[in-house]
Amino acid sequence: MSKSLKARGLLVFICLGLALFSVAPSLIYDSLPQWWQKAVDPIHRGLDLQGGMHLVLGVDVDKAVESRVDSLADQLEGQLREQDIVFKRVERRQGDRLVVVVYDEDASLALDKLAAESFANLEGETLPATGGYIEKHYRLSATEVENIGDYAVRQALETMRNRVDEFGVSEPTLQRQSGNRILIQLPGVKEPERAIALIGKTARLEFKMVVENVDIAAAQKGNVPPGTQLLYERNTNKQTGAVTETPIVVQSKTSLTGDLLADANVRIDTRFNEPYVSIDFNAVGAKRFDQLTAANVGKRMAIVLDDTVYSAPVIRERISGGSAQVSGAFTSQEATDLAIVLRAGSLPAPVKILENRTVGPSLGNDSIRQGIYSVVVGSLLVIGAMIVYYQLSGLVAVLALVLNIFFISALLALLGATLTLPGIAGIVLTIGMAVDANVLIFERIREELRLGKAPKIALDLGYGKAFLTIMDANLTTLLAALVLFQFGTGPVKGFAVTLSIGIVCSLFTAIFVSRVVFDFFLNRRQIRRLSI
Amino acid sequence: MQIIKPDTQIDFVSMRRIALIFSLVLIIVGMGSLLVKGGPNYGIDFAGGTLVQVRFTAPTNAADIKKALEDLSVGSLVVQKFGEESNEFLIRMEKSSDELQGLSREVEGHLVKVYGADKVEVRRTEMVGPQVGKDLRNKGLKALFYAMLGILIYISWRFEFRFAIGAVVALLHDVLITLGAFSLFGKEIDLPIIAAFLAIIGYSLNDTIIVYDRIRENMGRYNKENFGFIVNHSINETLSRTILTSGTTLLVVLALFVLGGGVIHNFAFAMLVGVLIGTYSSIFVASPILIFWQERKAQK
Repeated sequence: MSKSLKARGLLVFICLGLALFSVAPSLIYDSLPQWWQKAVDPIHRGLDLQGGMHLVLGVDVDKAVESRVDSLADQLEGQLREQDIVFKRVERRQGDRLVVVVYDEDASLALDKLAAESFANLEGETLPATGGYIEKHYRLSATEVENIGDYAVRQALETMRNRVDEFGVSEPTLQRQSGNRILIQLPGVKEPERAIALIGKTARLEFKMVVENVDIAAAQKGNVPPGTQLLYERNTNKQTGAVTETPIVVQSKTSLTGDLLADANVRIDTRFNEPYVSIDFNAVGAKRFDQLTAANVGKRMAIVLDDTVYSAPVIRERISGGSAQVSGAFTSQEATDLAIVLRAGSLPAPVKILENRTVGPSLGNDSIRQGIYSVVVGSLLVIGAMIVYYQLSGLVAVLALVLNIFFISALLALLGATLTLPGIAGIVLTIGMAVDANVLIFERIREELRLGKAPKIALDLGYGKAFLTIMDANLTTLLAALVLFQFGTGPVKGFAVTLSIGIVCSLFTAIFVSRVVFDFFLNRRQIRRLSI
Repeated sequence: MQIIKPDTQIDFVSMRRIALIFSLVLIIVGMGSLLVKGGPNYGIDFAGGTLVQVRFTAPTNAADIKKALEDLSVGSLVVQKFGEESNEFLIRMEKSSDELQGLSREVEGHLVKVYGADKVEVRRTEMVGPQVGKDLRNKGLKALFYAMLGILIYISWRFEFRFAIGAVVALLHDVLITLGAFSLFGKEIDLPIIAAFLAIIGYSLNDTIIVYDRIRENMGRYNKENFGFIVNHSINETLSRTILTSGTTLLVVLALFVLGGGVIHNFAFAMLVGVLIGTYSSIFVASPILIFWQERKAQK
């Protein structure tokens, strides 16, 4: 045996060994020693194969900007009062516009000074006076708006990660995407609807004072007194389970928010045997809650979650312990989920579902079964065709083909690539195309043999002449696959990955491995006739 | 074994005008169907909407399902049988909802009310918002465009510019006809179909390059002969390879089509059409274009 043949044979066997090592965990994970399981993961299955949920959520950053303007308005109002600057009102208009209405020029100048000193991120303009007032308009600079949006998305991602962790899904993926989007993948999630509700809930907890002696009927028609807002209280009838809503008018200004929470837990109310969520404020929150309750004994305080009033109990006495409870005829699961979202913190802005793909595990299993079935049948058909057409040489091509499938699986496992259903289609396609390289070589060899060349020389010439053709053909396909990978999303990407890997592997097996096999047999004895 | 005898000389080149008419007819029929149906039939990936795949334990039919969902206000609603399974259906709605409580939940609720809780299994739900659909469509078109551009550059570099033009025209030909076939058979175009189109491009190109490669080789060998002869000779020389490779690829695509299951059925359909057309185009479109090009140059 020549030296080069030995070296090439060795290379093939090393690759084979490596491939065996990498594929084993995907086939017989349980019966392998632990170090082996740790060394190579089994091939990752995409959500379409193992079942699970793929979500793209859009963070409504406009809302985040609005609430920032709201809090700036609060701060500005406070400072105006502190500095005794007389003003008519401070309000947010047209989404992100902060408007201050003052009476005279002096106040306007004082306001300018205050704005320049303490609110440098606001860009102001003065509008001509109407009806004796001066209106000052402020808006956030473009970079500031961008920063708020960016921060909102980052914070939303962080919060969602905490919620998903509490929900308990193995190997979740949470990624930020361009355009204020967040991608979430939850493999094998059991209750997709519950997961969505849990992840996407804004969970903005607010405590607002109830405004009594207001004409509710007028409020419902849109006639709400300034500084107040109309909300609905959710009531669940314990017998029938029917949900009713009662209108209630509260102050627009939030007295206390859930941001100051330290913990939230589910408790059971022993009187009604009903779950509620008990919340504990942190030090700042506890102090504020203490002040708030002390100042409003005898009044009603609404506990508002995402603009729905859950309860509006009367404050009987000052509460200084720093804990409160949110009750509202919850089921125990609702209470658990509410505690989770409150613990994980609220989202800085509401989110919308832009894309949701959920595949149940049974469909995933069917897909794998059918996918593997079609790979096997497709391979057998090709193997049959090759052997019938090229006889013993066909057998060499078949060997290359089997190794090819093997190597593709090994590379998928080694690279940690995800196998999807289109990915399996990619493998099936590679099988069809992989034999092409061998077909090209064999046809060339036949041509040379017909010209009367000896088998060994014909083999040499066949491989040599076909090589460039094969390279050109495969490189262009690889080019297409790489473009697919770059621009593709989801299923397209999965297809591109296996197609690319398949092309590379098939080049190796069809050109290199098959040649080693031929050389091995032709080297040993003088062959007169090539079975091709 | 041999299918094509070594000294076969089929006169493909003189068939090029008939082939041209044949291709044009296919393209016109396909595009006509597209025109009549008002553009491609986009699936929810590109059009946006909601899709629910439901399996029933007892046999039912599309009309009954539609009736069960009657009082669901979702606009247009299509119920389709899924693959070969007799009691599995796809329910597709144009509407999508960005609320946390999705439409699919409502669909499930309605079906459970009519069929009973343990008789209905929701196996897959997909919701794509209109914005995401638009993004996906743009990305898909971009992928197709850049793939073609890359191929044009690569072949111009490896061969000559006219070869590149021939290859890309053949690719466009294949994609247009496959697109037409999709429209004719009323199949939806989804993300995996874009992957299939690119696979078709890759495959057809593979085929074309192998013929081109032989033409290039023969141009050196038979430099006294006219170009038409060289092209024809090259096609004939590579014919047995073309048939064998197309055959094996068709075998596996057929396996995928028949056994691969409903989810990739359309993908396999695209591949089936694409492989057939791709094989045809490398013989009857990509190579004759070189001759047309040559003739036009000679006339000038």
